Amino acid sequence: MSTYIKRASAFCVLLLVALLVNAARVQVVRAGDYDRNPANRRATIARYSQPRGDIVVDGRAVTGSVDTGEQLRYERRYLDGPLYAPVTGFASQLYGTTLLEHTSDGILSGTDSILSPLPLWNDVTRAQNPGGDVVTTLNADAQEAAFRGLDGRKGAVAAIEPATGRVLALVSSPSYDPSELSGNGEAVTSAWARLGHDPEKPMLDRAVRQTYPPGSTFKVVTAAAALDSGVITDLDEPTDSPDPYRLPGTTTRLTNETDGCADASLRTAFEWSCNTVFAKLGVDVGVRDMAATARAFGFNDDRLRVPFSVARSTFDTHVDDAQLALSSIGQYNTRATPLQMAMVAAAVANGGRLRLPYLVERSTRQGGETVAGSGVRPARQVMRPSTAVKLKELMTGVVDEGTGTNAAIPGALVGGKTGTAQHGVDNSGVPYAWFVSWARADDAMEPQVAVAVVVEDASANRRDISGGGVAAPIAKAVMEAVLGSS
Amino acid sequence: MTKAGTTLTATQAPPPVVRLPRRRGIELALIVLAVVLSVYGYCAVGLARTGTVPPGAVGYGAGLGVLALCAHIAVRIRAPYADPLPLPIGVLLNGLGLVLIYRLDLETPHDQAAPTQLVWSTLGVGLFIAVVLVLRDHRVLQRYSYVCVVAALALLVLPILFPAVNGARIWIRIAGFSIQPGEFAKVLLAVFFAAYLAANRNALAYTGRRVWRMQLPTGRVLGPIVAIWLLSVGVLVLERDLGTSLLFFGLFVVLLYVATGRTGWIAVGLLLATLGAVAVGHLEPHVHGRIEDWLHPFATIDAGQGPNQVAQSLFAFAAGGILGTGLGLGHSVLIGFATKSDFILATAGEELGLAGLSAIFLLYALLVERGYRAGLALREPFGRLLAVGLASIVALQVFVIAGGVTGLIPLTGMAMPFLAQGGSSVVTNWAIVALLIRVSDSARSQYDGQVAP
Repeated sequence: MSTYIKRASAFCVLLLVALLVNAARVQVVRAGDYDRNPANRRATIARYSQPRGDIVVDGRAVTGSVDTGEQLRYERRYLDGPLYAPVTGFASQLYGTTLLEHTSDGILSGTDSILSPLPLWNDVTRAQNPGGDVVTTLNADAQEAAFRGLDGRKGAVAAIEPATGRVLALVSSPSYDPSELSGNGEAVTSAWARLGHDPEKPMLDRAVRQTYPPGSTFKVVTAAAALDSGVITDLDEPTDSPDPYRLPGTTTRLTNETDGCADASLRTAFEWSCNTVFAKLGVDVGVRDMAATARAFGFNDDRLRVPFSVARSTFDTHVDDAQLALSSIGQYNTRATPLQMAMVAAAVANGGRLRLPYLVERSTRQGGETVAGSGVRPARQVMRPSTAVKLKELMTGVVDEGTGTNAAIPGALVGGKTGTAQHGVDNSGVPYAWFVSWARADDAMEPQVAVAVVVEDASANRRDISGGGVAAPIAKAVMEAVLGSS
Repeated sequence: MTKAGTTLTATQAPPPVVRLPRRRGIELALIVLAVVLSVYGYCAVGLARTGTVPPGAVGYGAGLGVLALCAHIAVRIRAPYADPLPLPIGVLLNGLGLVLIYRLDLETPHDQAAPTQLVWSTLGVGLFIAVVLVLRDHRVLQRYSYVCVVAALALLVLPILFPAVNGARIWIRIAGFSIQPGEFAKVLLAVFFAAYLAANRNALAYTGRRVWRMQLPTGRVLGPIVAIWLLSVGVLVLERDLGTSLLFFGLFVVLLYVATGRTGWIAVGLLLATLGAVAVGHLEPHVHGRIEDWLHPFATIDAGQGPNQVAQSLFAFAAGGILGTGLGLGHSVLIGFATKSDFILATAGEELGLAGLSAIFLLYALLVERGYRAGLALREPFGRLLAVGLASIVALQVFVIAGGVTGLIPLTGMAMPFLAQGGSSVVTNWAIVALLIRVSDSARSQYDGQVAP
């Protein structure tokens, strides 16, 4: 019988070996696959097991985390949620992350290996890094001024420091409180449905993700192209342009809102926003040079990141002369994000050199030790410095005696350009009010801020809508905030 | 039988007379180690979860220590030659089980299982002590083999009268306690099989007609045992307790093989098992689902229904990796239903890792090996078959449930001996350890002062 007992025990050994080999297969060989399976909640649990790092504006965290005591423990909270939503985005346990919460997720959630004190250290200790902080370039005063200026009306503001490209303000209105989307309860799903179906689109980041016809503010680009290409050499020389202007190859006549545009000089045309003059200028410059200048300013570039992606601003390059004429006054297929138009103003203010905008100043470990600086982006020469000098002159003229007098700031040099953009079928929509500008305090060496404002003011009387009336005061408030705090 | 014959001759050769060491001191030391390890685990859970040593640590350690000490004293008095390993292994596994259940209780504040399990463990150790003290000689059981089989069948049939719980009719509920009588039936049936086969092994091996190269036993000898076996498996299938029916099947085949030494029985057994498994797998939707889950553990994920229990269990094992997440730091509670019972091993796998899991497997293997060793050392067939049967029960249980939760074989509900939540199971396993102690005591005392084993 002993032989058979031994054989039976050998069988038990076989079973044991099978168990051990299989356990090794599951726990070592296949472990990676199982860990990465999206249905495995462990990664999610780990992600929310510690407070998320903060997004910092002017030395103050505008985010926070609350301990819910649930399986997904920490939920995101936002101080001044609606004010900073176009920058922070949301970090939701149900709907993922957007904007800075998305692009800086590795730092904020602590998973970025850059936060580890030693390489591979966490793999050995199974420790999780505490979430790091993301310090933004925003100016809290400017942000608040813009938000208060829009006052719930549909629209957006973008402000940039011309010399560096630091984004000082990024506001979209109407906004929403991202805190509503943080958790995973029923309140979150209903808030998501409500925000998603809201016709006002509060979750749309109009400053970077929405393009508008830039209208007359695009005349800055057209003027730059005209000066750079030599079509205009003297700001005060008559331009030989008729009023009304018949679009080439068509019977359509283009008119102006104001008188005195016939044969006006570039200075006059710019100050009083003459459509006829700039439509003809665009045609005179030609599509190649117009497109080249627009591209230099940042149009037709879909790779812009601040660090989240910015919608592509467009200048159509496959156009006939009539379309080019309309494109040159910011209509037809010309579209721009508010951030793009702020870049246009910034390039002028910075002597023709454009710094690409950026929003993250640096990333730090919990406690403040910097692990990654974003730094200034490389500059790009958009136009000749002499052209920039002339454009600055034109833009200050708009504020001093043209359509933009509402933006004038005592004790500062301000340059601007108004815009009223037609849109909709046969221009039936309520026009958008635009204002792009820059400002330099009298005691400063160079302009400290460039700003673009757009207001889709659906409730205002159509005639009242003009960049100078509605958008310029907002731009002024933002510029004052920046000049005042610097 | 030629091989067995030579072995017998070898052991009968006149060896020198030696006095066997009793090794009770080693047993005591190992018990202390087992209790210390369990208390350490209990503290580790508390430290990981709250940063403090849990207030119950002293009470838990003292309780487990006193229980183990009583069992040890009982062994000292009535089974001084017994193998020193089974008792400490039982204490360690039981203690670890309590730690794991306590740890899972933290995740389910409304369902506290550890206190109940502690009561059952106490009852189990009580039964252990009673068996060691009362049962002077395991051969007494041989006389009661028919009582055993009647009791086993009664216990198996009993739950049919009670309502099903989670799809299986294997529980009876009395005064708030739920008992799984099938667990106790395991031991009783093992006693019966051992007694019957010990009495009839020659008839089974050498009588009856010869068909081709197979020697068939007479129906008169084989009939009753096959009938009882079929009856028990049939009842279990009715009750949908597939794990236990698989266990009885395996137990029967192993004992039949060891008793008769005929490989043919294994072939027949495997053939029958395969036929039965295929039939049940196709006809029974419950079993069919289990097989589907085994073949495609992630099918429900692909279908958008989320991970099923097998998938969650695999996730838990994978999360443990080689060294584990540490006690109290895993998320095996995601498995949901039956985390504390059928899937307790997943918690061990996640929080103790492959290292801890292998250690647990080796503890079971050691327990099984001590059983087989006692069987080899004994001289009379009943004791040998009983020891092999009891050890095989442990081995098969561990394989069936551990293989099930790690995806090696289809999942069948069964309790991990000592580790899993389940009163009947803990009590039964303590009874098994008590019988192994008794058998090993006989095996080693028979040589004392006479011949070396």
